[in-house]
Amino acid sequence: MKTKAWRRFLWGMRDGMPICTGYLAVSFSLGIFAGSIGMTAFQGFLASLLNNASAGEYAGFSLIAADAAYVELALVTLIANARYLLMSTALSQRFSPDTPFFHRLLIGFDVTDELFGLAISHPGYIDPVYMYGAFSVALAGWSVGTALGIVAGNILPVRVVSALSVAIYGMFIAIIIPPARKDRVVAALVVISFAASFAFAAVPLFSALSEGTRTLILTIVISGGAAILFPVKAEEPEASGKGGERDAS
Amino acid sequence: MHHNVYAYIFTMAAVSYVIRVLPLTLIRRKIDNPFLRSFLYYVPYVTLAVMTFPAILGSLSAPFPAQLPGLIALVLGIVLAWRGAGLFPVAIACCVAVFLTQLFI
Repeated sequence: MKTKAWRRFLWGMRDGMPICTGYLAVSFSLGIFAGSIGMTAFQGFLASLLNNASAGEYAGFSLIAADAAYVELALVTLIANARYLLMSTALSQRFSPDTPFFHRLLIGFDVTDELFGLAISHPGYIDPVYMYGAFSVALAGWSVGTALGIVAGNILPVRVVSALSVAIYGMFIAIIIPPARKDRVVAALVVISFAASFAFAAVPLFSALSEGTRTLILTIVISGGAAILFPVKAEEPEASGKGGERDAS
Repeated sequence: MHHNVYAYIFTMAAVSYVIRVLPLTLIRRKIDNPFLRSFLYYVPYVTLAVMTFPAILGSLSAPFPAQLPGLIALVLGIVLAWRGAGLFPVAIACCVAVFLTQLFI
């Protein structure tokens, strides 16, 4: 039985709310940075609406401030956002053969760390309508937050901003822990990833790399190692694939 | 700034979109290669884990108690998610944990 589209859209909005609040906090600070280099609230709003990338935008804004060449800006954006190439490749495997092509073009607009996490937190095929619901609140939070940061600088007390900013990590945890509980390999990978990421952030040689680059390197090395040592049996992740059905929990 | 800010913004946007949409549109069929399949199965969990820790602690260069709220949020989040709490409850619990702990340090 297929649930009505508007209900699936609403579920997407509801599940997108932690992303929205997290984005508000993060983009707020991104906005403060954008304001400091002289961007207007509208420019910040537009940049965030069209880019949907924290690290990518931060890197981009730095280059705008430095009056860099367009090619340089394009290259840095490419490197800072390269991990989305992996995420989109993973998502490409989650489309039902029945899903019309234009959904791929639309879903591609907002593949972010968090929305990707949300998409893969549901087993089976992607439900584009559900994702659009999540996109709607996430895009609003991200772009409005950037503009607010530019306009107001400091509307919220620092304590509130820093408390809101962990919403995103709470969401990540809620996504990776349930599969880690069922699959020991995933559990071990989570622990290894935590440790390796901590080491990369603490060791000066690696911490000099941008966060996006570190994420990319660690993801490729750890996932690649796991894929060699513990290949997944065919069809495992897609076994329960039924587009359009999601429980409301 | 000599360059046009809007041209900058659209350059960034074009690159960001192409990165995301190319794999989605070019890879239309199921990938059969066992290594690639396994790799793509593990990628999301590893990426999210890498981005969660130590970022949740905040600045690592600050003196110790500054990382405590994030650490408590991490532990609380793992415990709650392990017991089956959903995305929103876990996220809210982490925010509240950080807010409250901050009041005491």
